[in-house]
Amino acid sequence: MSKAIIKIEDLKREFTMGTETVHALRGISFDIKEGEFVTIMGSSGSGKSTMLNILGCLDQPTSGTYQIDGVRVKDLSRNELATIRNEKIGFIFQSYNLLARTSAIENVELPLLYNSKVSSEERRKRAIEALEKVGLGERLHHTQSQLSGGQQQRVAIARSLVNNPVMILADEATGNLDTRTSYEIMSLFQELNKQGITITFVTHEPDIATFSSRTIVLKDGEIMQDYLNNNVQSAANELAKLPKQDH
Amino acid sequence: MRLLNLFKIATKAIVLNKTRTLLTMLGIIIGVASVIAMLAIGEGSKESIRTTISAMGSNMITIKAGADTRGGVRQEASVMESLTLSDYKAIKAQSNLLSYSTPVVEGKGQVINGSNNWPSSIYGVNPEYLSIKVVDLQSGSMFTEAEVQTAAKVAIIGQTVVDNIFPNGQEPVGQMIRFNNIPFKVIGVLEEKGENTFGQDQDDVVFAPYTTVQKRILAIDHLNQIMASAVSEEEAPNAVIELSSILREQHKLTDSEDDDFHVRSMEELISTFSSTSEMLTILLVAVASISLLIGGIGIMNIMYVSVKERTKEIGLRMAVGGKGSDILMQFLIEAILISITGGILGVILGLGATVFIEKFLNWPTSVAMYSIVISFAVCAVTGIFFGWYPARKASALDPITALRYE
Ligand SMILES: Nc1ncnc2c1ncn2[C@@H]1O[C@H](COP(=O)(O)OP(=O)(O)OP(=O)(O)O)[C@@H](O)[C@H]1O
Ligand SMILES: [Mg+2]
Repeated sequence: MSKAIIKIEDLKREFTMGTETVHALRGISFDIKEGEFVTIMGSSGSGKSTMLNILGCLDQPTSGTYQIDGVRVKDLSRNELATIRNEKIGFIFQSYNLLARTSAIENVELPLLYNSKVSSEERRKRAIEALEKVGLGERLHHTQSQLSGGQQQRVAIARSLVNNPVMILADEATGNLDTRTSYEIMSLFQELNKQGITITFVTHEPDIATFSSRTIVLKDGEIMQDYLNNNVQSAANELAKLPKQDH
Repeated sequence: MRLLNLFKIATKAIVLNKTRTLLTMLGIIIGVASVIAMLAIGEGSKESIRTTISAMGSNMITIKAGADTRGGVRQEASVMESLTLSDYKAIKAQSNLLSYSTPVVEGKGQVINGSNNWPSSIYGVNPEYLSIKVVDLQSGSMFTEAEVQTAAKVAIIGQTVVDNIFPNGQEPVGQMIRFNNIPFKVIGVLEEKGENTFGQDQDDVVFAPYTTVQKRILAIDHLNQIMASAVSEEEAPNAVIELSSILREQHKLTDSEDDDFHVRSMEELISTFSSTSEMLTILLVAVASISLLIGGIGIMNIMYVSVKERTKEIGLRMAVGGKGSDILMQFLIEAILISITGGILGVILGLGATVFIEKFLNWPTSVAMYSIVISFAVCAVTGIFFGWYPARKASALDPITALRYE
């Protein structure tokens, strides 16, 4: 069996607000192996985003350990974490987090601007490719305010792909998409997963979970269920079954 | 490569945030421009006083009867009769540091030509006076030493006198005029000099041989002043010392007695008036510093507020792999670009305002290099610091905390 790319042990995250302490994560442990496609489910407020932020090296746990590719994240410097985020991780935010007044292509190029190994021609080329993959080849120069919610979400997805990450962390990446587009995106993710990219996908929708090989269900900051999916559906097939003139 | 990318990001951000950029620049522009313009006014007036005084002859030395005016009361110079022609002769004979010298007697009265008359002043001098004061004649010629010896009734008049007693534009040279009813032949007209810095009309004068003025107009034996010019500006202070000792000897003053005259070089006069305009400059510097401070606070505010606003942006940049140093460098480049551009625009505006003040308000101005350097430096440093400091704070946050920032 392949090695664990993510290994968390007794992960806790507390938020202090004045005198009150919110226990967003109450001690979570699991491994995600290289090449897995995991969906994280759970009701609103169960701690999915909090966990994903920690997995994405954007936030630090209050206690517990997180090892990424065998390295304890706690031991890494801020610069090393930045490099990991830049080169290894593709993160899709629940709230997209696009740069305002900036075109789609420039938003997608952003991670590569912080990677001096990528030339400006290559940067542009890869950004266009990523946008074409999410079906926005015609919207390269539209700014955030000129794009629909779903289109903005797809720009955010393209941005997570542009650095050829080894691991994609998606927080409700299809939350704002219609069935057809979300299946298109899921089939893209399945394809990337086949190429060996590890995907951790937070979702509310049970049918999205059927495209993944494993599902972890959170409740009130604790793991409720963690099960393998023996019957992984192909998003491409499901897409073909949809009535043609959906949009 | 990395720097080039950051430079691109920074210029992009500047263009995207036009209003913020303009407001920040405005603070810098106004700060820099007002400092330059105000100091130009201060320096200008100082310089104009200096040039006026040196135009009077920077080597010039004046000797007046009576003790020094500075500090303490003294008698009216006109009632002091201690300065005499023999003093003048002693000076002329003994001093080695003077190139020219003249006795001076002065009086007031009416200049009359037919039915035109005009109140003016008459100065009795010798021909060397023109060289001491560095003035020339626009027509005619100066009276000669021989005319001084014979107390000839000849006069040189200034343009204001000409305008008032020859209103029809006749040629004054060769005409007869009267000063306090004594007839004089006009033999020359002084070059026009206009008003000096102190508002005196330098053309409202009549010059005649001092002998003539002493005998015929004032009926006195003493002199009001002795004017001289030192061989050079550098020698002027020594000449002052030399003249003092000659005069003390002349006046037979013992060591315990104070001078009954005072000798002053132009240099002293310059420093007296310069210190007055120094006050003006200090005042203007104070006002300019305040505007610089206000400009600085403006820059600080906008930079600070905008970085707070942009904390989310900083969070995102860090989330996609921007290092703290990348973020800092971006904001530093932005701040430098804005501050330098603002500073340059401020210098241009300041220089423009200075030209405007000079041309349309007719105030003398002189742009001081130090005002450009200081104001530019202060604004640039303020702009850069307050662009950098909040960015440093934001880039120390965890990406998610910065992203969550409201
Ligand atoms: N920065 C914060 N400060 C205080 N409390 C927080 C913070 N972030 C999250 N929480 C709390 O932690 C809990 C989990 O939040 P989280 O965003 O992880 O939920 P979620 O599972 O992603 O929900 P949703 O499905 O609505 O996105 C919530 O109760 C939330 O109020
Ligand atoms: Mg969430």
